[in-house]
Amino acid sequence: MRAVTPIITSFALSLIAAIAFGGPAAAETTTLRMAWYSDGNEGEVMADLLKRFNEQNKDIEIVLDQVPYKAINENLPMQLASGQGPDMARIVDMGGLSRYALDMRPLLKDPGYWETNFGPFLEWMRTAGDTKAIPGFMTQLTVTGAFVNKTLFEQAGIAMPGEKASWEDWAKAVKEVAGKVQAPFPLALDRSGHRFYALAVSQGTQLFSANGEPDVVDEGFKRAAQLVYDWHKSGIMSKELWGSVSGTAYRGANDEFKNAQVVMYLSGSWQTSQFAKTIGNAFDWVAVPNPCGPGGCSSMPGGAGLVAFKTTQHPKEVARVMEYLASEPVLAEFYSRSLFVPGHLGLAKKGIDYPTASPEAAVALKTFTASAAGISPIAYRAQGYGNSRIIFNAAISRLGQAVSGETTLEDAYKRITADVAQQIAERNKK
Amino acid sequence: MSDISPVARPERGTDTGALARLGQVAVLPVGAALRLLDPPMQWLQRVIGARRMAYVFLLPNFVFFGLFVFLPIGINVVFSVTGGTALFPSQRPYVGGEQFAYLFDCGSYLDPSTCREDHFWRGVANTAKFVVFQVTAMVLFSLITALVLNMKIRGRGFFRAVYFFPVLLSPVVVALIWKWILQRDGLLNAAITTLGGQKILFFVDPSWAMFWAVFVSVWAHMGFYTLILLAGLQAIPADLYEAAEMDATPRWRVLIRITLPLLWPNMIVVIVLALIKGAQTFDEVFVLTGGGPGTATLMVVQYIYETAFSSQVQNFGLAAAASVVLGVVLFVLTLLQFAAARRKEV
Repeated sequence: MRAVTPIITSFALSLIAAIAFGGPAAAETTTLRMAWYSDGNEGEVMADLLKRFNEQNKDIEIVLDQVPYKAINENLPMQLASGQGPDMARIVDMGGLSRYALDMRPLLKDPGYWETNFGPFLEWMRTAGDTKAIPGFMTQLTVTGAFVNKTLFEQAGIAMPGEKASWEDWAKAVKEVAGKVQAPFPLALDRSGHRFYALAVSQGTQLFSANGEPDVVDEGFKRAAQLVYDWHKSGIMSKELWGSVSGTAYRGANDEFKNAQVVMYLSGSWQTSQFAKTIGNAFDWVAVPNPCGPGGCSSMPGGAGLVAFKTTQHPKEVARVMEYLASEPVLAEFYSRSLFVPGHLGLAKKGIDYPTASPEAAVALKTFTASAAGISPIAYRAQGYGNSRIIFNAAISRLGQAVSGETTLEDAYKRITADVAQQIAERNKK
Repeated sequence: MSDISPVARPERGTDTGALARLGQVAVLPVGAALRLLDPPMQWLQRVIGARRMAYVFLLPNFVFFGLFVFLPIGINVVFSVTGGTALFPSQRPYVGGEQFAYLFDCGSYLDPSTCREDHFWRGVANTAKFVVFQVTAMVLFSLITALVLNMKIRGRGFFRAVYFFPVLLSPVVVALIWKWILQRDGLLNAAITTLGGQKILFFVDPSWAMFWAVFVSVWAHMGFYTLILLAGLQAIPADLYEAAEMDATPRWRVLIRITLPLLWPNMIVVIVLALIKGAQTFDEVFVLTGGGPGTATLMVVQYIYETAFSSQVQNFGLAAAASVVLGVVLFVLTLLQFAAARRKEV
């Protein structure tokens, strides 16, 4: 018993010491969760920045949950609806999740900074009718554009269409190139409603009627749909992307482009970092602006925003983290290291240096930044509309059926109109 | 005298004796814990009577099933009569049979394009097609395999293990392996081009996509059904075969007159189980084809999943209504299985 007594005594003393000295400090640390998806290296960059923040702010610890893009789109809305979501998340469907977003205005030191630098993009994060809330900031502004395998053009001995070339010019050229070099994918367009709208806007779609209600299937839309349909018929587009999966499933051609199987790949600026990293010296590639049509040459804008949620138990701490990350030097470093087009107006004006970018990536970023300046108001409105993803998904799902030969284009148009009406009605049901 | 108890004392001699002792020691705490329960259980038996004690023992299972099976079914039914996108039932407006009316609003049930919710009916048609082909192929190949594995062939144990092995794999793993084999630059196309053929885009052609969906499903699950049939084959009395041999009955006649009739109860179980599993198919086909091309391999369960979780407007009400419809179909199939099992017992 005597041998046991000193052990118990020292254990009790250690416990008291831990409570007395370690206890309060540990209790003061607030743990926040941030859900994050990555296209390239931005997750690593964000982890670095958060580590630095934590070194300067010992009272806040941020757990960075790096999740797949699909989880952000499918699981996060469920988590938020059940009140079990993270404190912050990097999201793409900013309009769809706006009802869960935290208005940080009362918590920010300088809301004016946010208005000045993120103003046009804040509209994308607000609920309909709200003109003031500040829920977050853009981690990147994206613009659609095409990546072209320059080496394949050179091998085929065919000149690349120049600036302001139309979709038809590009389609003709890539078909010739693919025929000569035996590339299986002359033209690839992401199976995504957003990317389809890059084509539709340039074909003159207006998306909304005069009274402001969605009017999806107009002449511009039909022109774009017909092009996609015809390209599949003629083999310019392979059915492997649009015709091989069902519903609203996204299907990109990243791997095919990296393997030099695609002559021209319409995707967007977010691919730059990974192409620069994975293609290396395998072949030469360039980014070209969105091709043109009767509606102009506008790209579709988009992007991802880091948004705070009102279900957080620690709004003040969340605002501190957001202020740090949205500050000019930190955000400049983030954009620069991630090779992203800035979604911060001040930084966009000053320009971002991309010292780690390869020559191809640097040129691509320059091209995309220039494209961002020429985005049409229709394209901005399409992206900012709260139900835009309902429209994008209906378009992709029904056009996919037409492309695979299951329905006609006329049937697809009727279904798109019906799907959009039905889903908006369901969303508005109280 | 040693202070080691007789139970814990290691026994010299055989290893099995030592192991048995070790096992007895290991279960000692369990035995002690169970003995603690004796007095309250005896008291309960005195109070409610021995006959009702059965319900006490069934209670844990009832609670488990209630919480994890019947409660979700009830919640699903509640969701099916509500609308909107809210997650909690209390926040969802009651819409009565609106979701069911929407699902069943069809010009002709045989033509999905005339239905308001055409994707659901395409899913129903695809599932029906899948079930017919899959169950037929499953029963046929399982039977052939079981018959072969029941013969005295060399390496029988090895082959039994080989055929059962895919059953142990996760459906997602199975689908990913086959996707890798079947894609444009996959193993199969590499073999075809090596032999001088042209690449086949299996996932672009609706017929090929359905064929591979059925094939992969049969490949993955055949071992399980083979095992059931093998057990049935081994239960057939050997003297029947000996009598047939003495009568010089041809082998095909033995199969038709002895083996298949006596195996029929097992076949019924296999058919009904395969039907139920086929109607529930989701994971393998979803990973393999994504429901495409178009909606050529979209199954009902995929429709339910996408309507509830991956569509932009998460329409839980409509998905729940479709689940109720599928549940009724599965319930009927389960009744069939029960009926078949009872017939087997008789």
